[in-house]
Amino acid sequence: MARIKVQTVDFDIGAEFAALTAERTDIGGIGCFVGTVRSNAGDRVAAMTLEHYPAMTERAIARITNEAEHRWSLLGCTVIHRVGRLTAGENIVLVLAAASHRQPALDATAFLIDWLKTKAPFWKKEEGEDGGAVWVEARDADDAAAARWQDTRQET
Amino acid sequence: MADAEPPVTILYFAWLRERTGASEERVTLPPDVRTVADLITWLAARGAGHASAFANRRTVRCAVNQDFAEPSTSVHPGDEVAFFPPVTGG
Repeated sequence: MARIKVQTVDFDIGAEFAALTAERTDIGGIGCFVGTVRSNAGDRVAAMTLEHYPAMTERAIARITNEAEHRWSLLGCTVIHRVGRLTAGENIVLVLAAASHRQPALDATAFLIDWLKTKAPFWKKEEGEDGGAVWVEARDADDAAAARWQDTRQET
Repeated sequence: MADAEPPVTILYFAWLRERTGASEERVTLPPDVRTVADLITWLAARGAGHASAFANRRTVRCAVNQDFAEPSTSVHPGDEVAFFPPVTGG
């Protein structure tokens, strides 16, 4: 059911909204998250390269979207993740989650991006303006964000 | 003698690829290599680059046949085993 794409080119958010909602009248809300390449003053990130594990990536994303579809009874869901070299300000990832009501749409959107950050095989290498490049380290905050959804499930 | 067991395909991503100097290699497992943990110990002895890649096992993640795996996960002839750092997408 989910629409999953891994691609080097940018995505068209309007076109993806249209594809998600085409010929449907049962959707009451759509959550949307767009991740972009940020350039902090201190970090001086000019660009980054996203590497992935092609044979595994779409399968790993499908596992995450299946989980979201079941937990929130989604009516539709889209995940598009870019790979390759991206410069500051460019889009990295698009998450759309459609549901009957706003709360499941918003919660599912947050869940999808939290789990994408910790359970899909992508790796970022940041290039500074000085030409050096470093692999981004996983953040404990991301693990904590992903873990809160598992906690929620255990409680229910 | 050749016992015709299919090799295991090893894949490396991100800085593990850079440190080992290989994105992919095919290996025939010795009989005593049965798990991901065994495989890491065995691979780490293949050279300085491999030793460096596996120097801190807490920073190495693994997938067996495209599913996330643990150190205790079994490895069999013909499997595809990938090693990589904790993921940083999204």
